[in-house]
Amino acid sequence: MAQFFDILTTAFLTLGCLLALTGAMGILRMPDFYSRLHPAGKTDSLAQVLIMVGLLFQCFRYPTIGTGAAIRLVMITAFIFMTSPVATHAIARAAYVGGLRPWQQRNEPHV
Amino acid sequence: MIDWVLLGSGCAILVGIFMLLARAFVGPTPFDRILATNAMGTKTVIFVALLGFISKRPEFLDTALAYAIINFVSTIAILKFIEFKRIG
Repeated sequence: MAQFFDILTTAFLTLGCLLALTGAMGILRMPDFYSRLHPAGKTDSLAQVLIMVGLLFQCFRYPTIGTGAAIRLVMITAFIFMTSPVATHAIARAAYVGGLRPWQQRNEPHV
Repeated sequence: MIDWVLLGSGCAILVGIFMLLARAFVGPTPFDRILATNAMGTKTVIFVALLGFISKRPEFLDTALAYAIINFVSTIAILKFIEFKRIG
């Protein structure tokens, strides 16, 4: 049974780390601020959920770690899942109100 | 075996944090820096939770929860300061 939980944890952690790395790469390489919002807002929440679910299986594996850690993991997941889109939306709104215009095809990209 | 998986995930998250730090240094507008710092905060929460499971001490999860709350509040506060030129 422990091996089964280990395999599940490995799968979820691998997927989550892949998403986190591709999101960081996207933030580093995208040409424009508004296109950088896209990897930042989406991959962040999904990678975080995947990694937390992978750690949740580790909680089930060791009974000494117990349910307290599982409850805290679920709380962290729910909180970040609620606040990450709000923060991204606030950043985009502040940039648009602040006068930053989206990158058009004819303009130079401001990298 | 599972310890190595957790350790490798921690290293991958650290690499992601350093890539975001490069964007926070380079970023031409202040909004780029705020965006990179916000994403860095989320990745730091994940890293602290992973650290607790690497060292088999899940008390680190309390730290991760507090860090998530501080990260969100600080992002909103900085944005409000930029948008309205005051915090109050």
